[in-house]
Amino acid sequence: MSEPKKTLIRGAKVLGGEVRDVLIDGETIAEVGTGIEAGGAAVVEAAGSILLPGLVDLHTHLREPGREDSETVLTGTRAAASGGYTAVFAMANTFPVADTAGVVEQVWRLGREHGYCDVQPIGAVTVGLEGRKLAELGAMHDSAAAVTVFSDDGKCVDDAVIMRRALEYVKAFGGVVAQHAQEPRLTEGAQMNEGVVSAELGLGGWPAVAEESIIARDVLLAEHVGSRVHICHLSTAGSVAIVRWAKSRGIDVTAEVTPHHLLLTDELVRTYNPVYKVNPPLRTERDVLALREALADGTIDIVATDHAPHPHEDKDCEWAAAAMGMVGLETALSVVQHTMVDTGLLTWEGVADRMSFAPARIGRAEGHGRPVSAGEPANLTLLDPAYRGTVDPAGFASRSRNTPYEGRELPGRVTHTFLRGRATLMDGKLA
Amino acid sequence: MKRHLISAADLTRDDAVLILDTAEEMARVADRPIKKLPTLRGRTVVNLFFEDSTRTRISFEAAEKRLSADVINFAAKGSSVSKGESLKDTAQTLEAMGVDAVVIRHGASGAPYRLATSGWIDAAVVNAGDGTHQHPTQALLDAFTMRRRLVGRDAGLGQDLAGRRITIVGDILHSRVARSNVDLLHTLGADVTLVAPPTLLPVGVGHWPCEVSYDLDAALPKSDAVMLLRVQRERMNAAFFPTEREYSRRYGLDGDRMAKMPEHAIVMHPGPMVRGMEITAEVADSGRCTAIEQVANGVHTRMAVLYLLLGGNEPAVTHARTEETK
Ligand SMILES: [Zn+2]
Repeated sequence: MSEPKKTLIRGAKVLGGEVRDVLIDGETIAEVGTGIEAGGAAVVEAAGSILLPGLVDLHTHLREPGREDSETVLTGTRAAASGGYTAVFAMANTFPVADTAGVVEQVWRLGREHGYCDVQPIGAVTVGLEGRKLAELGAMHDSAAAVTVFSDDGKCVDDAVIMRRALEYVKAFGGVVAQHAQEPRLTEGAQMNEGVVSAELGLGGWPAVAEESIIARDVLLAEHVGSRVHICHLSTAGSVAIVRWAKSRGIDVTAEVTPHHLLLTDELVRTYNPVYKVNPPLRTERDVLALREALADGTIDIVATDHAPHPHEDKDCEWAAAAMGMVGLETALSVVQHTMVDTGLLTWEGVADRMSFAPARIGRAEGHGRPVSAGEPANLTLLDPAYRGTVDPAGFASRSRNTPYEGRELPGRVTHTFLRGRATLMDGKLA
Repeated sequence: MKRHLISAADLTRDDAVLILDTAEEMARVADRPIKKLPTLRGRTVVNLFFEDSTRTRISFEAAEKRLSADVINFAAKGSSVSKGESLKDTAQTLEAMGVDAVVIRHGASGAPYRLATSGWIDAAVVNAGDGTHQHPTQALLDAFTMRRRLVGRDAGLGQDLAGRRITIVGDILHSRVARSNVDLLHTLGADVTLVAPPTLLPVGVGHWPCEVSYDLDAALPKSDAVMLLRVQRERMNAAFFPTEREYSRRYGLDGDRMAKMPEHAIVMHPGPMVRGMEITAEVADSGRCTAIEQVANGVHTRMAVLYLLLGGNEPAVTHARTEETK
């Protein structure tokens, strides 16, 4: 992977605005301007392309250790680079669970070694994700991985006292608790969004209130103890209203939405195709529109993929038996362009904020989510917004193919990704 | 008709009437000394039961044998659904054996749909009950029973159930029978009212083509048929209702309540009846209760479905009729 020391990106629209040349020298951006001489630099002709800060995903499942048949740190970070990401936060629900300094350091180090994308492990809130006993949050923070985000994602920290203690405890080192908001009793046997479609299909309902009641509780807890709370994959119009209220009250809450919740609805479950089975479930059109609006006005801070790879056999079965989740790293930017940019709801500057600046800030990702200007780390993503093509999972770098977008036309294509000056993706091909 | 029967909602009015008319012809065969037609000779039908249901399985088996099909019973109970490979693997095994039709009963809603649409198998698929989703042949046999009783045996031929008022009482939330009946009865022109405590009605029921009520006594005088669904005692422990006594008091059908129904009105039950909770012995044993007829009608109706899905245009049934008139 030897690279020229210098790369000149010529004529890209920086954050979708002014056309500029960007010169990368070594690991940093040396110069941003017009008419920059190539000198000995490799040149990337970028007319018509959009240059963004390298994307940051606050919610990725890499499956290593334990489920390497679904994904590994290597295949997951290659998928991330293909999608324009330079940093991903890896969820803790691995086997073993990332609830000790040892596991988080291993994951962090694998990311560094492979070199496609920085991997920032997320630590479990409770031992074994069991919701009973706090994991060694401080030790994980003090490890080489320097964990700042903690989550039992996949499960909800449903015990109010444990949640309160976790929120308080991480204040000591600037941490944040990312909550998978799902009231467990209200979602026993849940298979899909509870509503008109579930009534007809006879599938167990996952009511919106099971998400909303936990968010309401957690923002009140965060207010009471003066902590920072992050809400994972918000999926309902009611959740938006609660987060909006909490922010208006000055509560330190941030929230994320996945690309699939910005586009897909529970009507798709009528196919009984488990590729649409995800947690939280696909909701209604009304929810989708509320989520888009909330992402546009900043009520929802970021887009996070919830990239959840599963092997073919875990999806090629009847609905009830299928695993929950979708892959998302390689299609996220296209879905956001389709739902937010092409609809006029968000500018590219807004996309840079929701997919790089803000997630890096929430997760305290060192060196990521920085402005595209001289002296900054050269973590950059270049995309061609005019590209039109259908999604073909056969070309995915991810080890799993469980995408809901197979055969769907989506706009935009990431052509280049630079991690600290080195191209991890060049002309659409992984380095 | 379509190639598969997955949901009662898949049937048009004409499809449904054709099945009911064909079932009447099948019923005539049942009155003959040799109750067998050669229609499906050489065709193989598999009864693939992932969930126990002796009643439904025997009903299908009788129907298949009367049509001279080769019958394989496959009880997959106990095989792991958790990994989910069993359905696909089993389907492909059956496909390799050259099966023409699969009658499937499965605990997971949508499993028959998945079997019919995933390209795992070429055979016709008949849904014999999936999770809390659909049980279309049950709805057809119920409609057949209603048409015979309310419209007439021969007078009913070619007729639907336009204007008949049907009340379905009980655990609608967990009932594939209720879902199938609402779809089919609506298609056949009947007016359906669902009666249950609010906890046993699904969120979203307001979009179904029927009325919803919490008051059984108000519905009874306006009913041509009252269908009682089984309420499992376990639901009480899951707090769907407070006590068995309270359920019976509010939603059970006893002699006094039955007296509020019009003279001609019938009482239906998909079985097995648990006497005491949703229905008293007095009602169950009365001449108005059609539970036993429903069982017999199940065979005729399933014969009709299998014949129409697999027999194509062969004149087996018409032939039987001419034989009879000889
Ligand atoms: Zn989650």
